[in-house]
Amino acid sequence: MKQYVLQRFLQMIVILFGTSFIIFFLFAMLPGDYIDSNISLTPQRAQELKALYGLDQPVLQRYFKWLGNALHGDFGYSLKHQENVLSLLNKYVWNSFFVAILALFLTWSIALVSGVISAIKQYSWFDGFVTFFVFAAMSFPSFFISLLFIKWFGVDLQILPIGGMIDTGSDSTGLAHLLEVGKHMILPVTILTLLSIGSLTRYFRTGMLEVIRQDYIRTARAKGLKERVVIFKHALKNAILPAITLLAFELPGLFSGAIIMEQIFNWPGVGRIQLESVSFRDYPVLMAFTMFLSCLTIIGNFLADVTYAAVDPRIRLK
Amino acid sequence: MNEMLLQVNHLQTNFYTESGVVKAVNDVSFAIREGETVCIVGESGCGKSITALSLMQLIPENGKVEGGEINFAGKNLLDLSKKDIRRLRGNEIGMIFQEPMTSLNPVFTIGEQMIEPIQEHLLLSKKAAYKKAMELITMLGIPNAEKIVNLYPHELSGGMLQRIMIAIALSCNPKLIIADEPTTALDVTIQAQILDLLRDIKKEFNTSMLLITHDLGVVAEMADYVVVMYAGKVVEEGPVLELFKNPQHPYTKGLLKAKPVIGERKDRLYTIAGQVPNLVDLSEACYFADRCEHAMDICRVKQPVLTEMAKGQKTACWLYEDGENQ
Amino acid sequence: MDTPNPIVNKQVKTVVKSPSIWKQTFRRLKKNKLAMISLFFLLFMFLLSFIGPYFSPYILDRTNVANMNQPPSAAHWLGTDNYGRDVLTRLMMAGQISLTIGIAAMVLSVMIGSLLGAISGFYRGVVDMVIMRIADILMSIPGLPLLLILAAILSEWKVPAEYRLYIIMIMLSFVGWPGLARLVRGQILSLKEQPFMQATEVLGLSDRRKILHHLIPNTVPLLLVVATLNVAGSILSESALSFLGLGVVPPTPSWGNMMDAANNFMDFRKRPWLWIPPGTAIFLTVVSINLLGDGLRDALDPKMRR
Repeated sequence: MKQYVLQRFLQMIVILFGTSFIIFFLFAMLPGDYIDSNISLTPQRAQELKALYGLDQPVLQRYFKWLGNALHGDFGYSLKHQENVLSLLNKYVWNSFFVAILALFLTWSIALVSGVISAIKQYSWFDGFVTFFVFAAMSFPSFFISLLFIKWFGVDLQILPIGGMIDTGSDSTGLAHLLEVGKHMILPVTILTLLSIGSLTRYFRTGMLEVIRQDYIRTARAKGLKERVVIFKHALKNAILPAITLLAFELPGLFSGAIIMEQIFNWPGVGRIQLESVSFRDYPVLMAFTMFLSCLTIIGNFLADVTYAAVDPRIRLK
Repeated sequence: MNEMLLQVNHLQTNFYTESGVVKAVNDVSFAIREGETVCIVGESGCGKSITALSLMQLIPENGKVEGGEINFAGKNLLDLSKKDIRRLRGNEIGMIFQEPMTSLNPVFTIGEQMIEPIQEHLLLSKKAAYKKAMELITMLGIPNAEKIVNLYPHELSGGMLQRIMIAIALSCNPKLIIADEPTTALDVTIQAQILDLLRDIKKEFNTSMLLITHDLGVVAEMADYVVVMYAGKVVEEGPVLELFKNPQHPYTKGLLKAKPVIGERKDRLYTIAGQVPNLVDLSEACYFADRCEHAMDICRVKQPVLTEMAKGQKTACWLYEDGENQ
Repeated sequence: MDTPNPIVNKQVKTVVKSPSIWKQTFRRLKKNKLAMISLFFLLFMFLLSFIGPYFSPYILDRTNVANMNQPPSAAHWLGTDNYGRDVLTRLMMAGQISLTIGIAAMVLSVMIGSLLGAISGFYRGVVDMVIMRIADILMSIPGLPLLLILAAILSEWKVPAEYRLYIIMIMLSFVGWPGLARLVRGQILSLKEQPFMQATEVLGLSDRRKILHHLIPNTVPLLLVVATLNVAGSILSESALSFLGLGVVPPTPSWGNMMDAANNFMDFRKRPWLWIPPGTAIFLTVVSINLLGDGLRDALDPKMRR
C-alpha cells in the first residue's frame, strides 16, 4: 500500500510537470503576446518590456521562470482587470465553487438513487424513463439547454431571474441577500446538474446491474436475508466503491462545464472570466485558470486512487 | 426407514432465451429422507444445478419454475410466499456453492457475513452471533477463529472459504443442505478434506444432503441414493450400491466406464461420443438416442418413462421396456 | 451454475473477420427499436443536409432585405433571419458542415488513437511509457478549456474563415485521441495473451503485419462503438466552440454559429425560430448517435446487455 501511494505520487508529479509544460508551450506558440498587441508602445519600449518579462529568452528558460513564479503563487498580472491573477481568480472562483458544489451534491444523490432503482427494476417503466432521461441529458448542448431554460422560466413564465447573481441595482443584505442569490442560483445549478447527471446515473445503473449478477449476491439470498439487505447492503457497497475514482473528475469537470453556462447566465464566476480572457487575449489569466483546472484534476485523481485503495479491501492489502 | 424430508414431483423449470425456451429441468422427480444423502450426477448443462436452485427458488431472472411441486417438511415450497421462502433459506435449507472464491462478498469480513443468517433467523444479538460464528469456524477445523472473522474473503484460500461457506450453511442447523458441486473448484487434496467434513457433519447433525456433482468418485464416497440426469431429465436412479454394481441405462453405463480406476491402466479412456443436445426445441425422442450405442427405432420417436427395475432402481430406457409396458 | 444452453454464453469478443459476427450483430441491432429509429433519423439527417439544399428554392446566402426576420410561414417553413435568408436552407447547409466535422474529427482521432495505442501496447517499454504519459497529460487538461486555448491560438494565427473548419477537426482529434489510445492499448495487451497471437509469433510475421492485420482488426468491434460515441462528442464540442464564435465562423454556417442569434437579446426573445431549430438539430442528432452507439455495444456483446 505504501509503495502504491508513493508510486502514484511520483507519477502525479511527472504528470503535473508535463501538463504545466504543455500549457506553457501552447501559449508560447502564440505568434503575438500582449506586448505585441499593444500598439501604443514604441518598438523600443516593447523591447524593454519583453526583456523585463523575460519574453526574449528561449522557451525552456521562460518555462522554468514561469513555473518558479507560479510555485510562489505569482501567475502574473491580468491586463484586462489590472490585477494580480491569483487574487482575481480568488475573487471569482468561489461563485463558481458554490454552484459546482451544489450541483455535485444533487448530481450524486439523484444519480445514485435513480441508477440503483432502475437497475433493480430493470425493464420497468421507471427504468425506461431513466434510460430515456439519461440519453437526453447526455446529448443536450449546454448552451442550448441554458437558453431554453432562460426562455421558459425567465422570459415566458417570468418566475426566475434570467441571469446575474443579484437583481440589477439591488443592495439587499443578510437573509434577503442570501435568498436573492439563491433564486439566481436555481437555474445555473439545475443546468450543471442536468449536464453531469446522465453519465453518472448510467454508471451506477451499469455497476449495480453487474453486481446483482454476482455469485455473492446469490449467496446473500441463499442465506435468507431480506431483499432490502441484499440490495442496499451487499450490492450497493460493491457498486459504490469504484465510483470514488470518478469523484476526482467531478469538480474540475463541473468548473469547465460551467464555462458556457456562466457566460449565458452572466454568472460572475471563473468560467466567465476565462471566456473573457480568450477574447481579450488576457493570457496570464487563461494560463492560470487552465493550470488550476488541470491541477485539480491531477491531484483529485491521485487522491481518488489512494482513497479507493484504502477503502476497498481487495486492493488495500495488496 | 426414516421420514421423508423432501419430495420433488414433476419439477419443470424453463429458461426464456434469445434462441427459444430451454427446458432446463424437465419433469424431474426425486425424494430425500431424513439423514440421507442424495447425489444428482450428470454432465455440465444437464440441469442438475438448476434443479438445486429451483428448490431454493434462486434461479436467474430469465428462468421460471413452471410446474410440479416441491414438498419440504409438509409444505409445498412453490405455494409459499416470497417472505416464507426467505425464512426457509439459510434457516431450514442451507446451500453451498461451486465457487467459494466468488461466493462471498469481497467487501465484507468473514465475520460480518457469517453472523447475518444467525442474526436473521436465530435472532441472536450481534455479540452472541459472533460467538457462534467463531464456534462454527473452530468446529470446521480452522484455527485462529478470532483472527479469521476479521479477515476479508480474498485473504483466505479456496479451501478455507469453502469451509466458511459450509459454516454459514450450517449456522442455523438446517434440516437439508444443498451442496452444488462443492469441490469442483478446489485442489484434489482439499476436495478430500471438504468431503470428509461434509460426511462428519452429516453424521453429527443427522442433516439430509442433496449433493450435485459430475464426479462419480464423489458419488461413490458420499451418496446413499443416486439420481442420474441427462438433458434436463432423470434417466436413472437408485441406491448407490445397486447403481454402481448394476447400471441399466446406457448413459449411466457410459459414465461409469468413463471413470478412470486406479491401478487399471487402459490405452484410452472411454468417452461417450457426441454432446448433450441443444435443449431448445427438443423432439419427442429419447434425448440420449443420438449418442446411444443401442439406439432402436422407437428411441427416436418416443420418450421412455422411468420404470422400476430390481431393488428400488428405476430406469428410463426402451431396452428394458417389455411389450406390456408400452 | 450450469449453463442451460452453451450458445447463449458464447463469447463474442475477439472473433474477427467471420461474417457471421457482423450478421449476428446486425440481426440483434435490428431488434433494438430505439437504435433502429436513431439509425433512420441519422440517415434522414444526412439526406436532409446533403441532398435537401438541392430542393430548396432559396439559394444560400442570398440576402433579401425586404424579407427580413419573417416568422415561419408556408414559404419559409422555419422563417428567415436578419438578412432575409431562409433558415431551413441554412440549417441544411449547416448540417453538412457540422456532420462533416463530427465524422472527420472522429476518423482522425480513431486513426491517431488506435495507431498510437497499438504501438504502445505492442512494444511496451519506453515507447509505451512516453505515449501513455503524453495521453495522461492531455487527458488531465479538461476538454473545453483546452479547446479554448487552441481556439485562441487559432484566432491569433488569423486563419482564413474557410480553412477554420479543417483546423477545428484537427483540434477536436487532438483532444480526442488520448482516450482512444488508452482503450486500444488495453485491448491489445489482452489480445497479445491470446493463442492466435502466439501463432503469429511462430509464423514469424513482421511487427507491422502483426499490428495492422492481426491486432487492430480485433479491436474493431469496440472501436466501432467508441467511434460512434466520439462523433456525438465532436459535434457537441464543435457547436459549443462555434456558438462562442471560436469555431466555425460565418459566413460558413454551422449549427453552433447559427445559435449565435440567441446572443442578441431581441432575437432571443422575439425570434425563437432563429435559434431553436439549430439547437434541436444538434440535440436530436447527438441523441440518435448516442442511442445507436449504445445499441451497437449491446449488439456486439450480448453478454453485456443492460
